Amino acid sequence: METHVVSNLVVALLLAGGVWTGVAIRRDRLWSEAARSLWRRRPIALIVVAVYLAVAVLDSIAWVGGGEGQADAVAAHEARSVVDRAFAGTREASFSAPLADAEFYGGRPLQRPGSHLFGTDILGRDVLYLTIKGARVALLIGGLTSMIAIPLALLLGVSAGYFGGRIDDVVFFVMSTLASMPGLLLLIALIMAMGRSTLSVCIALGVTSWVGLCRVTRGETFKLRELDYVQAARALGVSEARIIFRHLLPNLMHLVIITFVLMFSGLVLSEAILSWLGIGVDGSWGQMIDQARNELSRDPIIWWNISAAGVALFGLLLAVNFVGDALRDILDPRTLRENQ
Amino acid sequence: MSDTPAEAVIETRGLTTTFPGEGGRVPVVDQVDLQIAVGEVLALVGESGCGKSMTALSMLRLVPKPGRIEAGEISLAGSDLRRLSVPAMRQVRGQEISMIFQEPMTSLNPVATVGAQVVEAIRLHESVSKAEARRRTLDLFTRVGIPDPDSRLDAYPHQLSGGLKQRVMIAMALSTRPRLLIADEPTTALDVTIQAQILQLLRDLQQEFGMSILLITHDLGIVNELADRVSVMYAGRIIEEGSRVDILGEARHPYTRGLLLSLPSLASRGERLAEIPGVVPPPDQWPPGCRFSTRCGRVFEPCTTQVPAVSEITGTHRSWCFAVAREIES
Amino acid sequence: MLAYVARRLAYGVLTVFGVLFFLFVLFFTVTDPDDIARRALGEKALPEVIQQWKVNHGYDRPLWPWQDFDDNMLFEHYRRMLSFDFGRSDTDDSLITERIRKGAGPSLALTVPLFTLGLVVGITLSLLVAFFRETYIDSAGVFLCVLAMSVSILLYIVGAQYLIAKMLRWFPISGFDPNPEVIFRFLALPIVVGLMNGFGSDVRFYRTVFVEETGRDYVRTARAKGCGEGRIMMRHVLQNGMIPILTRVVLAIPFLFTGALLLEAFFGIPGLGSLTVDAIQGNDFSTLRTMVYIGSLLFILGQILTDVSYSLADPRVRLE
Repeated sequence: METHVVSNLVVALLLAGGVWTGVAIRRDRLWSEAARSLWRRRPIALIVVAVYLAVAVLDSIAWVGGGEGQADAVAAHEARSVVDRAFAGTREASFSAPLADAEFYGGRPLQRPGSHLFGTDILGRDVLYLTIKGARVALLIGGLTSMIAIPLALLLGVSAGYFGGRIDDVVFFVMSTLASMPGLLLLIALIMAMGRSTLSVCIALGVTSWVGLCRVTRGETFKLRELDYVQAARALGVSEARIIFRHLLPNLMHLVIITFVLMFSGLVLSEAILSWLGIGVDGSWGQMIDQARNELSRDPIIWWNISAAGVALFGLLLAVNFVGDALRDILDPRTLRENQ
Repeated sequence: MSDTPAEAVIETRGLTTTFPGEGGRVPVVDQVDLQIAVGEVLALVGESGCGKSMTALSMLRLVPKPGRIEAGEISLAGSDLRRLSVPAMRQVRGQEISMIFQEPMTSLNPVATVGAQVVEAIRLHESVSKAEARRRTLDLFTRVGIPDPDSRLDAYPHQLSGGLKQRVMIAMALSTRPRLLIADEPTTALDVTIQAQILQLLRDLQQEFGMSILLITHDLGIVNELADRVSVMYAGRIIEEGSRVDILGEARHPYTRGLLLSLPSLASRGERLAEIPGVVPPPDQWPPGCRFSTRCGRVFEPCTTQVPAVSEITGTHRSWCFAVAREIES
Repeated sequence: MLAYVARRLAYGVLTVFGVLFFLFVLFFTVTDPDDIARRALGEKALPEVIQQWKVNHGYDRPLWPWQDFDDNMLFEHYRRMLSFDFGRSDTDDSLITERIRKGAGPSLALTVPLFTLGLVVGITLSLLVAFFRETYIDSAGVFLCVLAMSVSILLYIVGAQYLIAKMLRWFPISGFDPNPEVIFRFLALPIVVGLMNGFGSDVRFYRTVFVEETGRDYVRTARAKGCGEGRIMMRHVLQNGMIPILTRVVLAIPFLFTGALLLEAFFGIPGLGSLTVDAIQGNDFSTLRTMVYIGSLLFILGQILTDVSYSLADPRVRLE
């Protein structure tokens, strides 16, 4: 299956998943209370995140064909997303300053004067367009990696915490070993070994970030296992699987959510660093910053490329951090228990 | 007119402390008047959550945020503590008024030796050398009955039992010979056998040092052991006060009577224990008028709308209750 | 106490073995030695040349003990790493041990001041913010921290280089000179950038720890004794707060190694970080392997040190 078809399917799945989660939250008293609380505390941050999400989704819906004009003739055979199409035909020859009429070097008039909000880069591509496309990459990194790391961490953490004994020894040893290797170095090593591609970056990020969540779930599971109602369930002969899925996992959800949100910014920042080292994901803001680094030393200076990517990166991370902080306060087990 | 208490060490008038609640601030300490004479033990009695601990903290101006003392006077030997500057108030704390708390486990700094903590208490208020303070601490440890006090000076809190920790707290509180000791449920967290020892210790020390004690408790047995006078609190208000005999033997307020009747020792075997129906309402559900009106067996017309004024039963015994007032008149 | 340290050391050694195994799998099975050879020699290299290269670099033996117990790469790998015989770089054949020796100095010159300053600044700022908790100073402080945490280190580096070096010309953009008289000029900027990058999350965390301590019962007792707020912060809260802070401080040690990676690379400091970055760009797997190993050793050592110092600092653990 071609990538854009997969991409469309994933978007559809995500939207369906989002709707389902929304319905589930509304039905549960605690969670809807938490959601409302979150909205009350950080409306701006939530809106910002939603905007980034919307943009990323728009960039993920792609299909082949269409487009007018000669410039699009070649592109018409590739799958292009909504964002691609919105910016079709905006390509210039080279650098231009934001909202300029002419090229930066040489002064030749632009094809679309005054229409480039953040100017164009060395290849003449509209910087706003590139920045918007970066949103999809960032969210992909955060999302895909979490989808790898979180189930892994939960599986191992709960097994270790619940069954204890040898299983715990093994899991703890694996955790210690992985945790002993400095994160960035391990990341680099993994990517170099697996080859430089988006998937290997995500896998590498996943491998290096599951340990934190695993440690926490393991600890929590230890505690939860000793709780009276769990002991009662076991005494009644309820199967282990049922206990885990019905009693333990729901009580770990708040930890998972907080960890996910807080991990997100770390992941995006890590990818930026990887891009700067040359082994990141194509099209990410990190890569834009890396490529634009040298432009600052030109005279006259070209600043719009790096600024746009930098601001976009900062904006997303700031919003996610604020949301994460608020979530952590709201989902504090003490508050949850009080409301019960 | 009641007898003016001889030389009150401390007196509060209309002390009111509020906390934020749904629909405005709630007075968890509501117009509380207390007097403690020199060398007297006053027991402040009530159920959990009635505001007795908060009253004590208010007297030391240690009310935790978002609480606030809104009104009233706290006079210690003439001066109003509420008017003191913060540094001056700090001088009062630990020197004129000391406090010991309910949980000795968590009330001591876990990373400092118990000796060092008592030394700190001394050196905060007097300029003595560390060696001198240490010597006095050793003395105090012996006084409060800590066995092998010399080696205990350098022990950490976690190495001591609950009873020993409480003795350390007492030593720390008395190190500066305060006029008033506030003891907030000092034995609640301890084993029953240790309880008796600590109570005995407090009694001995009180006589030896001649200090006053504000004893906060919900245990009427302790009241009987230690108290000279008793004030009973319910939902933030004082509802009865008197000497030990007045309250334990001749209580008039329906709440106090209910408390006494619910003691197992007073019931005969096989009889149902009397209980006060209902539960203490939380602060945001306090009824207007008398706060006990929702559970009182003698409630009548004025109780639900007006706050009861004081009725004098005897020279020492007073109560705040319409039913009692009506009784007295007839 | 001694038994505890011995146990920790033993587990540390076990972990080292685990790390080496992981590295072996990663660098010898996931990556193909042929690929490594080709990257070093060029795509069009003849098979005999590739084979010779593999022999020279020890990539030609069988991998696993069950293939050949006496002569296999797994045991060889363990033997060499544990004896610190790191061999030669895949790209330029230089002795790795030599390059490490040369690079350690500049790296330490950067990371040690950075670490100590970071700790001092972090704790001071967080004590201050915790002292003014629930006031505007506190809210502003926390906001500033979240802001600082959201900026990528890349932007700090670019910003610092551009604003301070280029525009204000206070410090050189990059470079290094070990001469004690001028060394500061070259380290100043990377240290400042390192501090700015770290203080956000540090202060945030320390503040949480300190504020939590101020709510504890023993602080209430101290106040009832007549202790002023200042003394409470500096004595009681700081002492107790250091215990959880110690654990996190040690977790920061490997980040010195890697955060220094970027700082060294972009401020031109010829330390171990630069060495690693060169290895990435040159596809130098043997150097990369060694750097990860050393990083792990340092980290494991750091963890053991933390555990030991934690038990020294907390009398509840020390005297059990």
